[in-house]
Amino acid sequence: MITIDHVSKTFKSKERQVDALRDVSIHVEAGDIYGIIGFSGAGKSTLIRLVNRLETPDTGSILVDGSDLSALSKKELRTLRRRIGMVFQQFNLLSGKTVYHNVALPLILAGHPKEEIKKKVDDALKFVELEDKREAYVSELSGGQKQRVGIARALVTDPKILLCDEATSALDPQTTASILQLLKRVNREMGVTILLITHQMSVIQMICNRVAVMEEGRLVEEGPVLEVFGRPREKITQRFVRTVISDQIPENFQRVLRKDNRHFRVELLKFIGDAVEKPVIASLCQTPGLEVNILGATMQEVQESTLSLFIVQLVGEDTVIEAAEKFIDESGALRERVQPAEYGA
Amino acid sequence: MEEFLQSKIFGIKWLRLLTNCQETLYMVGWSLLIGTIIGFSLALVLVLCRKGGILENRIAYLIVNTICNIVRSVPFAILLVTIMPFTRLLMGRATGTRPSLVPLIVYIAPYLARLLENSLLEADPGILEAAQAMGASTWQVIRYFLLPETMGSMVLALTTGAIGLLGASAMAGYVGGGGVGDLALTYGYEKMNTPLMILTVCILIAFVQLLQFIGNRLSRRLRAHR
Repeated sequence: MITIDHVSKTFKSKERQVDALRDVSIHVEAGDIYGIIGFSGAGKSTLIRLVNRLETPDTGSILVDGSDLSALSKKELRTLRRRIGMVFQQFNLLSGKTVYHNVALPLILAGHPKEEIKKKVDDALKFVELEDKREAYVSELSGGQKQRVGIARALVTDPKILLCDEATSALDPQTTASILQLLKRVNREMGVTILLITHQMSVIQMICNRVAVMEEGRLVEEGPVLEVFGRPREKITQRFVRTVISDQIPENFQRVLRKDNRHFRVELLKFIGDAVEKPVIASLCQTPGLEVNILGATMQEVQESTLSLFIVQLVGEDTVIEAAEKFIDESGALRERVQPAEYGA
Repeated sequence: MEEFLQSKIFGIKWLRLLTNCQETLYMVGWSLLIGTIIGFSLALVLVLCRKGGILENRIAYLIVNTICNIVRSVPFAILLVTIMPFTRLLMGRATGTRPSLVPLIVYIAPYLARLLENSLLEADPGILEAAQAMGASTWQVIRYFLLPETMGSMVLALTTGAIGLLGASAMAGYVGGGGVGDLALTYGYEKMNTPLMILTVCILIAFVQLLQFIGNRLSRRLRAHR
């Protein structure tokens, strides 16, 4: 649906130049909820604006729903933009106008007849559950309601693609969750492909099926969400994952471990999806000469699947521990030794 | 009625006073209307063509910006005299109520352009971005986003412009344009008719108060719900 191919973009001013994008390529399939995460200044705003050509690339090409953006005339570009909805962090609604007028605007711009506009706007407001606010002024709404108006406005033209520019960053956690659920419905029920940018890993966790991580204009990691959550390769990705799934051993546990003078190792085990069905830990417990001590466990729902995380202390002879590690690796679970230098004799 | 008009107040006929008030309204009204049309167009060029604007165009911006600065640096009294040949070319003669519209418009249009430029810049860039993302043409961005978002502020700018025009029209009147200012200067100042001068000042004050009142009211109504 969206292909961004080897795109670079540099912003130049008198004092300095900023490489906003450095050779970035992504591919978004129809039906995806594709999330791009990064800290501010990573280039994600520029990247998402390439898709409806609010930004033009210096080099590289962009294909959206089969059309090459660089080949479009002004008029064709406007037509394409009408098929791409966009939702903003600051909502960007006309503050002095009613909810109805705001949602109707894209249709008014496209010159639809009044009757049709009325029907479509009512449908869109119903979808975002704001029918009762039809005649309210935007200034009277809460942040969450404003974003619902923003979403209704983006959907009223029946777009194939929805771009979300930090759509939940100005909202509290509860409102964020309800807006994310709404976006999920947009994706499921209307079949709209969603490309979103965020700096919150929880947003990715809750609704995305693919994720790309950006740092200083580069795309450093990309893949299915479950995989990236389970096996983050880059430092920055690990940092993001840690914001929602803690894999750290609490300080007081560490103290106990340091005092433990038995021969042991601490392992971090991750079970993704089906892997959790195998009784790996139960089998470990039955291994002769091995003592298994579960220090902690958490479970996270990621994209309709679960990611379970165990921190276990394996006590026993080196050979026994190594055999246990091998067994874990073969079971399909992901295993990491935790700070091996610090623990275990 | 006729009798009243022929009766005198502070040494001039009521008819004269009312005629001059009417001339002031004529000068301010028409030059405000035409000046707004020109000033608004210039303001649009300044806002849309500036760096980062949706029609970014350095040359167009530079030209309009320079013209505004040049015209605005000439005091009205001097402008009035300087462009007399141009006024004569356009209107057939250089003095009178109708010909004085020319210098008034030349004076007020760049002034309004600056005021309206400020108003238009108040529009949230995010809203303009949303407009473009919706596939709005430049004209639609102006019509459906820029104008409604800044209308209240623009009305206040026009009010300020109208009051500035009132002052300038008094000056224009002195060069044969008529109007309330003319009364104050020729009768009040030259013939030392102090009561009449004070009366005309009171009339000017009333005009200003009324204009500001209307402007504030209208602006507040346009900004209701914001």
